[in-house]
Parts: sequence; structure tokens; C-alpha cells
Amino acid sequence: MSLSPNNTEYSTITEQLMLRLKVPTKLRNLEATLIIFAMIVTSAALALVDLGATGKLNTPIIGLTLGLGAIVLAMHIAQRFVARDADPLILPIVTLLNGLGIAMIHRLDISAGLTGWQANATRQMVWTAIAIVVAIIVIVVVRNHRVLQRYRYVWMLVGVGLLMLPLVPFIGTTINGARLWVNLGFVTFQPGEIGKIALALFFAGYLVTARDSLSVVGKRMFGVTWPRIKDLGPIFVVWGIAMLVLIFQRDLGTSLLYFGLFLVLMYVATGRAIWFVVGGGLFGTGALIASQFLTYVQGRFAAWLDSFNQENYDAVGGSYQLVQGLFGFASGGIVGTGLGGGHPGIVPLAESDYIMASLGEELGLIGVFAILTLFMLFVARGIRIGVNGADDFGRLLAVGLTFVIALQVFIVVGGVTRVIPVTGLTTPFLAAGGSSLVANWIIVALLLRLSDTVRHQREEAVGT
Amino acid sequence: MIKELNRVSLGIGVLFGALFVSATVIQVFQVDNLRVDPRNVRTVYDSYATERGSILVGSTLIAESVPADDVFRYQRIYHGGGLYAPITGYYTINQGISGLEFAMNDKLSGQSNSQFFDQVMALVSGTDPRGASVKLTVNAAVQQAARDALGELTGAAIAIEPSTGRILALVSTPSFDPNDLASHDNGLVLSKYTSLVNSGSQPLINRAITGDLYHPGSVFKLVVAAAALDSGIMSEQSTVPNPAKLKLPLSGSSIRNWSGNSCGPEESVTIATALRLSCNIPFAEIGALVGESRIHDYAEAFGFGATVEIPMVVTPSTFPSGMDEAQLMLSAFGQFDVRVTPLQIAMVSSAIANGGVLMSPTIVDSVLARDLSPLAPFTPVEYSTPISPETAIVLRDMMVAGVSNGVASGARIRGVSVAGKTGTAENGEGQPYTLWFTGFAPAENPRVAVVVVVENGGGAGQSASGNSLVAPIARKIMEAVLAQ
Repeated sequence: MSLSPNNTEYSTITEQLMLRLKVPTKLRNLEATLIIFAMIVTSAALALVDLGATGKLNTPIIGLTLGLGAIVLAMHIAQRFVARDADPLILPIVTLLNGLGIAMIHRLDISAGLTGWQANATRQMVWTAIAIVVAIIVIVVVRNHRVLQRYRYVWMLVGVGLLMLPLVPFIGTTINGARLWVNLGFVTFQPGEIGKIALALFFAGYLVTARDSLSVVGKRMFGVTWPRIKDLGPIFVVWGIAMLVLIFQRDLGTSLLYFGLFLVLMYVATGRAIWFVVGGGLFGTGALIASQFLTYVQGRFAAWLDSFNQENYDAVGGSYQLVQGLFGFASGGIVGTGLGGGHPGIVPLAESDYIMASLGEELGLIGVFAILTLFMLFVARGIRIGVNGADDFGRLLAVGLTFVIALQVFIVVGGVTRVIPVTGLTTPFLAAGGSSLVANWIIVALLLRLSDTVRHQREEAVGT
Repeated sequence: MIKELNRVSLGIGVLFGALFVSATVIQVFQVDNLRVDPRNVRTVYDSYATERGSILVGSTLIAESVPADDVFRYQRIYHGGGLYAPITGYYTINQGISGLEFAMNDKLSGQSNSQFFDQVMALVSGTDPRGASVKLTVNAAVQQAARDALGELTGAAIAIEPSTGRILALVSTPSFDPNDLASHDNGLVLSKYTSLVNSGSQPLINRAITGDLYHPGSVFKLVVAAAALDSGIMSEQSTVPNPAKLKLPLSGSSIRNWSGNSCGPEESVTIATALRLSCNIPFAEIGALVGESRIHDYAEAFGFGATVEIPMVVTPSTFPSGMDEAQLMLSAFGQFDVRVTPLQIAMVSSAIANGGVLMSPTIVDSVLARDLSPLAPFTPVEYSTPISPETAIVLRDMMVAGVSNGVASGARIRGVSVAGKTGTAENGEGQPYTLWFTGFAPAENPRVAVVVVVENGGGAGQSASGNSLVAPIARKIMEAVLAQ
């Protein structure tokens, strides 16, 4: 309370003005300090990778990383102008995650013998730069999140369109059995990654207006109050889309991600947990029926439940990758083999889907815990923005964007650690992949915008 | 809405909790299981990261690891090609490890508990960790002589020092070049491995200690004679009837001696004569007298049924139980279901040679530290005492007579009294014989016990015998030892 601007101790106009400048400066200074810390950790990780794997320092790559650090600082400076009150932890957290990802991808490039533009790490750095620039643009252009609510049906069209884009003949591309990519000749990307943002915007915008109707209590049956039949429309539509993704794009994870996002937002908007029962039942039934017809779903389940069975291990799309990933985790043990000291390159897709196994091998359980803790911190900040939200749209959007990242981390890391069947999603910020980076950095920008609005508005409210 | 948000964050907390738990389970509790999974190539990679210890014969390296410029850091090389391959085995990246490389892996790789301190010191001092070296009991000249004597034949030969159990030579033919399998080029190794496995002659199998067990034929008579004499059922003077043909009880078939006639001109025959002339009918009768359980006990005392490690694991030899009398009589001259490894027969000879005391056979002289100083001196270990010294002398004299004045004449060495026993085991109607010789020399103060086995009648179907083909091979091996 002592720092609150309307405290009587700071009654003179000059003092109030000083205070207002000082408080946000503190936040931004904290952010700057933490970003520099994140960059030091990243550079150290890269140096250790090269020392551990080749015995020599690779100064150009550390130079490039410092270049990235400059772009992150540019975003930080942009916030000083357009989002002074934004959350100071989010940007350092994702900078560190992104940096650790680059270090591990660089490490895998070394074992695969990739250099220059062939190297995944080089491309990941370029994509990171592009993603941060996009994030800066978002935070500069979107000054008020409520504008976004106005275009909710545009977001719906964009979201569903992007989601269905891989099914378009000629440009849709199947990679590792899942049809989640679009190949435009000069660039291959996963439209669903951007689509998840559009859908989060749409769900938030739509549910703010529809919540009253959806909250209405229907009939009581079996001791539970069920929703009205006519309110079941939206959930059926979203369920239908999720099933289409499951069947035609052949990816359980993506399907689960969108449907899970919708259910959570519906629950938060209406306060009725029954939607989890209805939605869980629908998704479970759909997935069960689909698994009777879709051999890939059966294969994924068999590979999950009985991974070490030689038959599942040898099967196409079987548990080979999962088991090799587990071997990686195990060889890391508690303290890890040290960066550059393990053999993470044995696991197929070690730089994307299985980056957690690679990190687990070289950084050990301690590293895995640290990374998961970073994600939890990120999620905690995101939920906090939601809790403090100035309006319901802002709240729903904050929780939606945060939840999408949390659920994606759970689906991917849960997949490689055998908590759930493996799916084709990528670990946010860590995994190699441009679309995923751009999408997740846009989420960062939107969360920063929301957090700025929260504090800014509160100050305005007390200040005027 | 705040309440719901709190519940959502609780839910996310539960999801992340599951990840923390699963990561801990994998990286702490399942580590040992996952590390030993044969599909985990990291374990192999790690074993290549330390300089694997050498294998020595005398002061000569027969296997060593040299620095390599690839992910494995060290390349295993074998000197002497196929000569020592049955002993060293092979060390591959993906096709497994065999032989001594496998049996002594923890020492060679430096992972054994006794080397833990060395590993820590190496880590502290910054030197590369390195496995211990293994020095063999094998004598290079004897090994070479045994290999040369077997030549192109398919079979095995072993020479043992009876007083210590030290294996002086261990040969299995045909052999292979382990360097072909030690390559870091997986495709090359796989094609070589597949062609060796499919080659029909099974060069990867060490016929001396593993592989399909052989019918011992007449060399098993040593065990039956030992049981008869040592148990007191029979004495040197005891005789059994001496017909030219014996009908097996409760069976339509009858058996004959090799000669087709009776065993010598007498009405009845002693063990000494039966052994010297290697007659089947008297031994069938002796076997019936001694009985299954007694023969069984003596066979076990000689090592039958036990898993012997030299330190390579030796397939246990078998003497069947629950036989009827006809089967017992067939078993008494090494047919029916008696199955042995050549090493087992060498152990029988070795025990007789050593006054009835069987020394544990071993091929490892000592484990050597980095500077090739032995970590512990060689100490002979007694395996068992299957027969009394008196029985041993009686059997020895019978075996000497077999060479000097019997059917094992092919093993005679000028100026040295040699004890020996041949065997020509039947493998079924029309099948080529398995040919045997086992013995020791010099008889009064044995320096070497040998066994030689040749498969497929040495390529001569049913016309070659243990004496004509195999005894001379054994003679050359014994001569090589005596020349030392």
C-alpha cells in the first residue's frame, strides 16, 4: 500500500508524477536484468555444447545468439514505450527457453554434422528473430485488446481455415504420418500453430457473449444438472472439428489441444464443470470409435501401453522412437551427461518432437525439472494476468492463450515420458520449427499486452 | 470467474505434477532397466568411450583398442586373425559381444566394482579412464600347433595343464576373423555377421565349450571305468563275460564290438583289456553292474551337469537319468543320450592325470592394471576330487597300455609314455562319425592333458577312426607342450 499513488504520504503532484514513472521503470529494469541473465545462460549453454561435443569454442554462433539478445532487448525497449506496465517475467522466461532450445538444436546439428544454412540451429535463430519481430509488431499495433473481441467471427474463419488448410490438395503435406503441414514451395509451415491463437481469440470473444445462455441450468437427471439441449450446439461443432482433425489430419494431439482449449474456456466462462463431463464424454467416445477404424490410433495406443514389446518396437510408427527417447532420458539420469556429452542424436526427430528427451539426456532430471518449472512460471504469470483481468474477454483470452501452451507442453512432454500416447505436437519455444515459434511469440506479445492493460487500467482507475 | 481460474491452474498443476513424476520415474527408478536393454545402443557407445583393456598371450597383445577418429573413439583390433578368435570372441557395436570379450567385459571395460577407485582417480587426475587388461594362460606355440594340427578339419582341441587347470590351447575350427566384426561400419558388420551365421559350418560357435554337444563314444568309457573301480564294484582283476554279440535286454537289437569279434581271446575280460581294446560289449556289461545312479554321481564329480566358467560359460554336459537297462548299457560306451563338450572330456583326462584331483579349468592367468602389472597372481582352484589317487593310477596305466599296446597307438611319442583313449562316436544310421582322442603326457608326471574332436568323420564318413585321424593331432599338441 505504501507505493500506491493515492497514498496520502505522496500527496504532492510532483511526488505522484515521480512515483508513476518510477514504478513501471522498476518493472522494466527487472525485465532487462532477467533478459541479460537469460542471454548469459544461453551463451554459456552454447559454449558448453561446443566444448563438450567438439572440444573447441564456436564463437560465431555465440555472436549470433547475442544478436538475438539484441532483438529481445528491442522488444523490451518497445515495451518501455507501448507497454510499460507489462509483466516483467514472461519475456525473460521465454527468452531462456528459446535459448536453451537453440543450444540443444545446435548440439544435435554437431552430431548430425550439419553446418551453415543446413544447420537447424541457424534456421531456428532466423525464425526466432522473425518471431520476435512479429511479436514486436503485435504489441505495437494492438494497443487495446478489446479491439480483438470485435473481430471474433473473423478469428473463427481464420482459425478454422488455418486448421483445415493442410487438407487442401496439393499444398497439404503429410510428415511422419500426420497431415499438419502446408507446403507452399518456398516454405513449409504448420498452420494449426497460428490457428490455435485465432481459435483462442474466437472462443474468448464468443463465450463472453454466449456465456449467459450457456450458463442456464437445464434438467436434472441422475443427480446432475445438465445443460439445455439447445445449448449443446457449439460444443458439438467444436467436437466435430476436433474429430475431423483426428480422422483426416491423423493427429490426436492437435485434436485434443483445440478441444481441451474450448472446454476449459467454456468452464471458465460459465462456471459449470458439467461441460467437462459432456466434452470429455464426447471426445472419449469419438476417439474410441475412431480408434476402431483408424489403425494409426491403435498403433499409438499399443506403442504407449506396451512400448518395450518387440513387435510394437519394430512396427512402422511404433514405439521405436519413444523407447529410444526413454533410453536417452535414462542415460541422463539425475545430473545428465553434460551438454555435448550424450548421444541425443540417436532418437529420430531429436531436435523437434523429442527435444525434451535430448535435454533430459544431457541436462538430466535436474534440467528437466528446471525447464518444466520455467513453463510453470510462465503459466502462473499467464493465469495471474487472467485473474487480474480488467474485463471478461481479457480474462478468457489470457487463460486461453496460457492454457494452450500449458496443454501443449503436457501433451508433448507427457508423450515422450509415456504419461499419454505420443502425438505430433512440438514443445513450445524449445523445439525446432518456425510456425511454432512465431505462434508462441505472438501469444507472448498478446499476454504482455493484456498484462499491461491490467495494471495500466487499475492505475488509471485510481489516478483519475 | 476467479474461482474457475484457480481451479484451472490447479488442474494445470496436476498435469505438470504428472510430468515431474514420470520424469523422475524414468530418470531415477527405471534407469538400470533401461540401461541394460539390449536395444539401448548408448550403453555400447559408452563402453567404447573408455579405452578397453587388451588381451594378452604371454607378453603379446592379441586384442587391443586403438584411438579412432569417430564417435566411438576407440577401434578394437585383433592380432592373429582366426587363431585366437574362439577365445577372444568378437566385440561388435550392434551384433553383441562374445567369448572372453563378453565374459570379462566388466574388467575390460573398467566397469567392475573393484576398478571403481581407478575410475574415480582417472576422473580426478584428468586421464582417460581405461579398462583392465587380461592375460591368458594360453601358450602361443601350443595354440599354433593345435591350430595347425587341426588344419582344414572341423572340430576342436584343448590342452590343459592338469596340475593347475590352466588352459594352454583352445582351438575351434573353422574360425573367423573378429576384425571383420569389430568394424564401426554397421552395414559391413551386419553383412559379414549374416554370412558367418548362414555359412553352415558355424564358425562363430566355439565348438570346444559351446555349440551342439557331441556324443562322446568310447572316451566316455573312462568315466564308467572310473566309477566301476573307484566305487569298489569291480577291481582290476574282476572280469565280465566276453561274447562277440550281446542282445540288449527287453529290446530286439544287439550290440557288437568294433572288431566284430569278442574282446580278446579269453572267455571273460578285465576292465584293462576292455579299455585298451575299447570294446563295447564288456562296457555295456560293466555299466549295467555299476548302475545308473553311481555312474551319474561320478559323471557329476567330473563336471557333468554343472555350468563351468573358464570364464566363458561352458555348456553343461549331460548323462541321462531314468534309463532302462538297454539304454544304460548303450550309455556306458558313450552312446544313447550322453552328450559332452570337448572341455568336459579334457576335464576327465586332466583329473586322471592329476592323481584324481580335478582343477578348475581356466583361460585367465591374471587381470593386469594400466602398467600391465598383475592385480592378483594366478592361484589354481580345485574343482573336485572325483576319484582316489589309487584309482587314478590304475586308470592311467590302462590308458598308457591303450597307446603303447592298444587302439590308441596313433598318439605314441618316442621316449615319452603317453596315456590315451580314442573314441569313434556314432551319430545314427549312415551319419559320419564324431572322432575323439583324449589323453595326457608324460604319463608319470603329466604336463598336458588334451582332447581333440573332429566332426563329420573328418570328411571320411564312417571309414576314419579316432586313432587313425585324431590321435596324431593330439600327439602334435602334446609334443608342442613337451618341447617347451
